Formats: sequence, C-alpha cells, structure tokens
Amino acid sequence: MTADLHELEQRASAELAQVSDLQALEQWRLRYLGKKGEVTLAVRSVGQLPPAERPAYGKLANEVKGRLEAAYEARLEVLKQEEVERALRAAAVDVTLPGRRPAVGRLHPSTQTLREIYHIFTQMGFQIYRSREVETDEYNFELLNMPPHHPARDMWDTFYINKDVVMRTHTSPGQIHVMRAYYPEPIRAILPGKCYRYEQVTVRSEHMFHQVEGLAVGKHITMADLKGTMIHFARQMFGPERKLRFRCSHFPFTEPSVEVDMDCILCGGKGCSLCKHTGWLEIAGAGMVHPVVLRNGGYDPNEWSGFAFGMGIERIAMLKNHIEDIRYFFSNDLRFLGQFH
Amino acid sequence: MRVPLSWLKEYVDIGDISVDELAERLTLAGLEVVGIERIGDWWDRDKIFVGQIVRVDPHPNADRLTLPTVEYGGPEPITVVTGAPNIRVGDVGQKVALALAGAVLIDGYSEDRRKTVLKPTKIRGVRSAGMVCSERELGLSDSHEGILILPDDAPVGMPLADYLGDVVFDLDLTPNLARCFSIIGVAREVAALLGRPLKVEEPTMEATGPSIEGQIDLEIADPDLCARYTAALIKGVKIGPSPWWMQRRLTLAGMRPINNIVDITNYVMLEWGQPLHAFDYHVLRPRPGKTHPPAIIVRRARPGEKMTTLDGVERQLNEDMLLICDGAGPVAIAGVMGGLESEVTEQTTDILLESANFDAINNRRTAQVLRMNTEASARFGRGIAPSMTVRAARRAAQLMRELAGGEIAQGLADLYPRPQQTVGVTFTTAEVERILGVRMSVDEIVDILRRLEFQCRVEGETIHAAVPDHRLDVRIPADIMEELARIYGYDRIPSTLLADELPPQRRFHQLETEEFIRDVLAGCGLQEVITYSLTSLEVEGRLYPEGESPRPADYIRLANPLTSEREYLRRSLKAGLLATAAANLRHTPQVSIFEIGAVFEPVEGELLPREPMRLAMAMAGPRQPLAWHTPAPENMDFFDLKGVIEVLMERLGLDEAAYEPAQEMPFLPGRAAVVRIGEDVAGIFGEVHPLVKERFELPSVPVCLAEFNLDLLVRSAKRTPYVESLPRYPGVAEDIAVVVDREVPAEQVRKAIMEAGAPLLRRADLFDVYQGPQIPENKKNLAFSLLYQAPDRTLTDEEVRRYHQRIVQHLEKTLGATLRA
Ligand SMILES: [Zn+2]
Repeated sequence: MTADLHELEQRASAELAQVSDLQALEQWRLRYLGKKGEVTLAVRSVGQLPPAERPAYGKLANEVKGRLEAAYEARLEVLKQEEVERALRAAAVDVTLPGRRPAVGRLHPSTQTLREIYHIFTQMGFQIYRSREVETDEYNFELLNMPPHHPARDMWDTFYINKDVVMRTHTSPGQIHVMRAYYPEPIRAILPGKCYRYEQVTVRSEHMFHQVEGLAVGKHITMADLKGTMIHFARQMFGPERKLRFRCSHFPFTEPSVEVDMDCILCGGKGCSLCKHTGWLEIAGAGMVHPVVLRNGGYDPNEWSGFAFGMGIERIAMLKNHIEDIRYFFSNDLRFLGQFH
Repeated sequence: MRVPLSWLKEYVDIGDISVDELAERLTLAGLEVVGIERIGDWWDRDKIFVGQIVRVDPHPNADRLTLPTVEYGGPEPITVVTGAPNIRVGDVGQKVALALAGAVLIDGYSEDRRKTVLKPTKIRGVRSAGMVCSERELGLSDSHEGILILPDDAPVGMPLADYLGDVVFDLDLTPNLARCFSIIGVAREVAALLGRPLKVEEPTMEATGPSIEGQIDLEIADPDLCARYTAALIKGVKIGPSPWWMQRRLTLAGMRPINNIVDITNYVMLEWGQPLHAFDYHVLRPRPGKTHPPAIIVRRARPGEKMTTLDGVERQLNEDMLLICDGAGPVAIAGVMGGLESEVTEQTTDILLESANFDAINNRRTAQVLRMNTEASARFGRGIAPSMTVRAARRAAQLMRELAGGEIAQGLADLYPRPQQTVGVTFTTAEVERILGVRMSVDEIVDILRRLEFQCRVEGETIHAAVPDHRLDVRIPADIMEELARIYGYDRIPSTLLADELPPQRRFHQLETEEFIRDVLAGCGLQEVITYSLTSLEVEGRLYPEGESPRPADYIRLANPLTSEREYLRRSLKAGLLATAAANLRHTPQVSIFEIGAVFEPVEGELLPREPMRLAMAMAGPRQPLAWHTPAPENMDFFDLKGVIEVLMERLGLDEAAYEPAQEMPFLPGRAAVVRIGEDVAGIFGEVHPLVKERFELPSVPVCLAEFNLDLLVRSAKRTPYVESLPRYPGVAEDIAVVVDREVPAEQVRKAIMEAGAPLLRRADLFDVYQGPQIPENKKNLAFSLLYQAPDRTLTDEEVRRYHQRIVQHLEKTLGATLRA
C-alpha cells in the first residue's frame, strides 16, 4: 500500500512539473488535492486498512499530501508571476509610435518679436503706446520737421490717400501723439505698429512692415542714455556678448542722428554675406529728439531733452531667426509659421 | 557720390591711414562708404609697367598687325605683337601700359571678363614677349578698340599700379550732406576728421580780354528763386577733347567725357560742388528790338511754354519752373538741364559761363515733375551756398583759358539780389553736456569747430560760433552738437542707463486683452497670421452675393497704388483670411488660423478714416491630423469653430454671449450665427457659402469663418472673475429627456430648465439630440444631464424629486414639451 502512495506522489509530482498555466494547475489540484482527489481519497482510505498498518500509512499519506500541497503553492506562485508578466507583455506598446497631440497654435513671428521687445523695454520703464496707421501729412512729415518738399521726404516712398493723408511711413508720428497725450509728464514710451512704403516687394523689402519707435523725454536725457539703452536692448535681444557702434546719420526729427550697428551675429564681425562683408548689421536709426519736434509735442527744448529710436520688427526677426526672405512674413505659409516656437 | 582717392589726396594729406580705416572714419562721421572700388590693385608690380614706344615695325606676315618695341626700364626694350589700330608703323614716343609674360590680365575677348595669365606666344610666326594693353584688359573700362595711350609725362618704368592704380569710394550721402557732393567738400571732412590742413586755394582767373561790361544783358526777374547769377565770358576757345588726366578723373567719378568745355564745367562741379552751364555766346539773342548785347533773363516759365532740352526731348513747362531765357525765349531749365539750341558745339568759339544759385525746393520740384534727375539738380536740390558761384566761375574760366585756349573777359557779370547772411550759433559747454552726456572743455569744442572752419569767439563757458558759408545745414545749437559728437567720436561718449525720473506708469488694457485673446486662440490650436491691409475690390467682392459688388465709396483708396491688387484698404479681415486658408489648403490638409488687425472705414466729412480692430478666424480640414490612431479623421464644421468661440467668450468672462441664426453672405444659410453681447452684435461666424468658396478656390470640405468686433470684445470683457467657494455638500445628478418641436432652439430649453430649477439646479448639460423613429415628425428629443446642489446641506431625494417635477411642468407649460420615458 505504501508503494501505491509513493507511486501516486511520483506521478502527481511529474504531472505538476508539466503544468504550464493556472487553468491546468487548477485541474491538477482537483485531480489530486480536491475533495475527491486521489491524494484526499488516499488519506481518507486509511480507515479501511488493518489497524496495524494504519499509523504508518496514515503518517506517510499525510506527508505526501503535505509535500504535494507545498509543491502546488510553489507552482501557483510561479504561474501567477508568469501570468502577470504575460499580461504586461501583451499590454506593452511601441514607444516610438507618435502620440495623440492636442491641437497646437502659435503666434506670428512678428508678434513674438514684438513681445520680446515689449518685455525688454517695459522692464526699463517704457510703456506701450499705439497710434493710427492712416496719418495726416502733418503728423507723418510736417510736425517731424519735414515741411512740404523737404529733401528728406525722399527717404520715405509714400503711399498717398490724397495730398493731406498718407499711409504712415514710420511709427514716428506716434512721437507727436504721445507727447501731446502725456505733456507735461516725462515720457518713456515704445510705439509699435504697421507702416507702409511705396516699395516693390522683393526678398529684402515689403510694402508693409512693423516698426517699433522708442521715445524718452525728460529733463536729463542725453546721447549717453541713448547709447546705454540701445546696448542694453541689443544684449537682451541678441546675447550678452553683442557690441554696438553708433554712426553719424541724418533724420530730420533727430539732431544729432545716428545709425545703430551691431556686430554681425553670423560672422562676429569678420565679414560675411549677411553683413554685406562689413562685419556690422544695422539694427536701428536713432538720435536726440530735434528741438522743433519737442516743441511740436509741447515740450520746451530748452528745458527738456529726449532720445528716439526706430527699428524694423521683421528685420530684427530675420536677423535673429536667420530668415532670408521678408516676403515669408505676410504670405502666411503655415510651413513657415509652424517653425516658430 | 564717387570719390577717387587720388583726387582727394590733392586737397588733403591722409598720411599712412589705410583705405579701410579712412572708409570707416568717413562712415562713422556720417559719410557712409557703401563701396570701395580698388582699381589696379591686382596689377602685378613686377610685370605691368608704364612703357614708351621706341619703334614700330611692320609684321612680316600680317598687314593688320604691327611690332612695337617698348622701353620699360628693363635691361633692354622688348618687342611685342599688336593688332591695335591706334599704333601705326613709324610711331614713336607714345606712352603705353606694357605687360610682361606671366602678368595676369583680363581676357579682352571673354564675355565674363575672365582673368588669364599672359604667356609668351608666337603670332603669325613672330614671337611676342609681352603685350601692350587695352583699357578692357586692365579692367579700366570696356574699351577694346585700341590700346591705352598714357599721358606724355607718364614716368617710364613705373609700375602701372603706382601710376594708374586708384581707389574710388562710393558714398551714400544723406540729404543734409549737400556740402559733400564735391571732392573738396569730402576733403574738408577728411581734413577735419584727421586734424590735417585742407590744401585748397581760392581760385583766380587771368582775365586779359575786354571787360564783360556791356557784353551781356543780365536780369533776374524772379529773385525769390535765384539768389545769385554769376557769368563769365571766355572768347576764342577751341573745342576738342579734354586732357587725359581730366577725362580720367571724370570717368573715375562716374561721368562721361564729352569735350573740353563741357568736361571743364563737369570737372569744376565735381571739384567744388557748384553746377555750371556753358552757353554758346553767339546763339544767345538780344532783347527784342536790340542787336546787342545777348540777354540772359532768369524768370518763371509762362503758361504753355515749351522747350527742347539737351537730350533732344521737348519739355512741357509749368509756371512754377524757373527758366534761363535769352532775348527770345528759354535756353535752359534753371539748374536742371540746358537747351539744345544754345548747346556748345564743335563750331563754338565764345562761351558764356553760367554759375548761379537756384532755390533748392523749387529746383527739386521741377526735377521731380519733369523726371530729370541730373547731376546739377541733385546738387541744387539739396542746397548750395550762394557764395560758391564766383569761385566756380573763376576756376572754370581759368581752365578754359588753359585747356581750350580761350581769352577771359575781365570781370564777372554778377547779380546777387539776396546775399547770404552769416549765421551765428551761441551755446555753452553745459548745453553740450546736457545733450551729449559728456563733458567737453571749451578748448576741445573750439578745436573741433575750427577744424570744420567755424569761427569761434569764447566768453567764459559760452561759445559764439560763426557758421562757414558752405554749411547751410547748421542753424541751431542741436546742429552744433552733431558736429561735436561726430568729430569727437560717438565711441568716446559714455553709455549710461536712464537715471531720469521714472514717468507715471499706466496699464494698456486694450493691448493686454488683445494679447490675452491671442494666447487663448493659440491655446485652442489656432495659428496667428498677419495679412496685408491693402487689397483690391475684386478680392473683397468675392465675399458678396452674385451680382453685387463692393461700393468703392465705402473704401479708402490709395492715390498711388503699387499694383491693382493693393489699391484699397481692407474693411474686414474675412477676405484676407479666406485667401490665406485657400493658399495653405493647396499643400496642407488642415488650416486653423486667426488674425487681429485694424480695418479702415471712411467717415463722411472727416479727413481720416476710423481704424477699428477686428478679430477673425478660419478653420477647415480634418479635426485631427491623419495618424495611426485616427486613420479617418472627420472634417471640422460649424461646431468646431463655435467651440473655439465659446472658449474665448468664457475666457473673456462674457457669459452673456448669445447665439442667433444669421443669414448673410459669405455664410451658408442655416449654418451661421451672430454672437450678441447684450444688445450689440459682437461678431458673426459660420460655414462659408459654396459660391464664395468657389471664388476663393477653396476645396469642398466645410470652411468655417468668423469675424468679431475686437474693440467691443475688449470693452465688454470681464477679466477679473468673482470666484465662488467650492461646494461643501455633495450634489445629486439626474438626467431628463424632453420632446419638443424641432424649431425650438436647444438653448431656449436649457434656459427654461435652469429657470425652473433655480436655485438648487446648478447645471444642465445637453448630451443628446435625437430626431427619427420613435419620435413624432417635427419633434426632437433633447436629453440633459442635471446637477442639483445646495451650498448648506445634503439634498434629500424628496427635494430633488420636487424640483425635477417643477422643471417638467414648466417645460410642458412654456414649450409644450413632453417627458420621454
Ligand atoms: Zn557677417
């Protein structure tokens, strides 16, 4: 009889070793350890034995049951683990598949550049002031010290609505507007907006573009302040290592007038096609506000002084983002606009 | 303005300053050097020389070739072969440019002016050890007719680069730099910048002829336009070519040599900046009824007057134009161009030389109207000092004596009705510091101004500066500041940050809200675009129903448009956005864009238009991009755009925004709505009408478009919400489904539910709209998810049931709704 028990244990152990999933394990358990399982029955069959054999057989039968139960538990643990792993494997994804993206919108590069400029100048106490795009000849030219037929008017190719009304050629009329609005306060203002020129559209020129004018009027404002402000701007905008030079120039509404050049961001001043081999890039026109303009704004030039500057937003963006064609800005091809962050 | 360095050096010693450094100094001082042409900088000093022909032999095998032997300072003269027609057998003594084998020259026969190395060759059996060069081979000009013949005094054996090499600065001069439209003007600047003396002498003339008195009848009839008229008379000139050195300088400066008399007038203009005109004295007629002397009358043109200018074109004149007339009629347009009749010709012997001063503004206007931008008008139009006329007249007359063999009549005819006043500017050192932010001593200031030829008188810290007569641009202390800054050097002025009082700071709510809207819309997945303000009525008209077109009177029109596509100012952003969508949909499947910008509306009786700000959006194409997880995305429609608008209204705190059906172009009836804020229409949106889509060449997918009155949105926006406390007691969710007439707007039902459920009903969200079987025709089923919640207690089932019942009864009563099981 004990031989039968050994044979049963061997057989059950061998079968258990073959079990590879939880379902087969449950069948195995039912067959051997269930209520009607062979091992359970064998244990129960002890009563039918002669009393002398009962202790030995009973002990062995319980030992066999105990060992098989332990083996079952161990096997169950292993199979559960395997099952979990299998489930995980089945749920794994190809992490290189593209994700589900929310719709993404961006701001136009001119807007992004304007915002950067706003940030830099508002930190210095400049406030944003806007004025109209269709201007009188008076504001666009005359009050800026350019009477009719002044030779400097040739510097701006102008769209006329009629002899008294023009598309503003620069944001400079805003100087007069802001002075008349704020007099007699000191002023630090930047004046952004669209400007228009009678110019053929080419890679380098557009008939519409954005400009930002800057104006500071106070009782102690000097050319040195203009220099410092422009250097601060250039370094914030283009990097702390930037160098500027100030070159004498001419605008009827500033005296003295300067062009502000920055060392070329591409070649660092050695000369390349971007800087037309000069090593310098023109970034702004500037100067001390002409006494006539101050007076036209309501400020006594003997008491007040001021500086003004103007720069083209698309030009700044082109330099910063290495854009080679200004026409990209207003043709609004999404393949261009989508490249900005 | 082209400035040859060799010419400049005649008036100022530049020492050992390099060409690049000089260019930079000029640029920084306001005379922007936009180009530097280096002539002959590539000519090999060991291989190209000034040579002299000692003999010319015939070529044994070719009639058209000759064999000049040239002395060039080498061990012995060399013989070369040439086909130049200006070298003939028997010639001797001509100075030429000789290139030895190994020299680099331009291939005279190549189209692209390629450079090649000169090799010793045999031409028709005769060995040529070098070459006598043409201007083209040296890169001097395109001339290849014959070889370059140098002046007789050219030093034999000198490297050609040293004799003929030059540097030409191309200056881009701003309008205030009228004084620099001459070599002496530029030299004066260089002298001041370098602190070196200007080597210019006051011109004199050797007048040996009878006095000019009585030989010309001069009158300035319109002295407001002619401050001065000076004339010299030179008799017995012989017309011919001008000397080589003068032709060379004119060419380098960009002018074409003509003959000795014309060249002299141009040369003196380039030298001093004063335009001159030479009349053939014998062509000038006396006044009617007189036989002598010839008359010159400076007057405005008469109505309908015409004249033919030097270039052979008949010009229609107007009464604003100033003319030079003789006794019979116009002979020149003052300061612009001479007339054909009185032009100097081969036969001319006696010259009346005009050196006059004309009003700058009038001259510019005349040149613009006639579209004649001549060298003379470029200078007169910028302004010239009247003091200049006599100098230039003397200088030119003397050159005509020296180079054309003329005899100068004694004296000048000189009418000077409006003499130039000396301008004085008084300022203090404190003013310099106030404007430039740098402290300069009186000595420093006076030194700079004296270098610029100002006469200074100092009283303590006050400086009285007398402006030199050639400086018409300096009138006030600010002008002096610029002179000081540019000569002192902008690089030496310190850089400081604004330390002045901070002005009162104000917020700019309009801009802040605009920028906020930009961010909201970008957050909704829309890309910002910026389109042109200028458009055409044709493009605007695409938005209108068939048969209608925009009224030009509603638009602002440019008087001088660039093209007909950019002739009118836009009144809306709609057309620009649809055109942008159409352009992109040709290569991109999906477009979601918006624009914020001004539009322009003429106002009756007002000079300037209104410039309201608008916001527009356009959306078309698949809702999601085609992807592995979305292989068949659906197209966006009315409700995609409406969703964006709802988000925008919510973010602007405009809970009261209401939507009503709209029926107007360019929208599709039944799929368009206006957005109301209170009584005002804030905007309109919807799907675009197929006819309009066709005109914009849009694809067949639904295209959604919206336009808002941005100023109204900004004005109405409530940017600061009042925040409610979070609920402390749980809510109870219930659904309700009602059947109503199809025409009843869902929003009306929702509002009725909210009304009846107040105050415990917090939300009613529509989650199903059903029409079809099981529902009577002309009816629809609307299902709402309701949330009841009280701020102070947990609601009982009984309370909720009571409210629910009240809602049902209200809907039945007001909308004839029935409850659906
Ligand atoms: Zn560069």
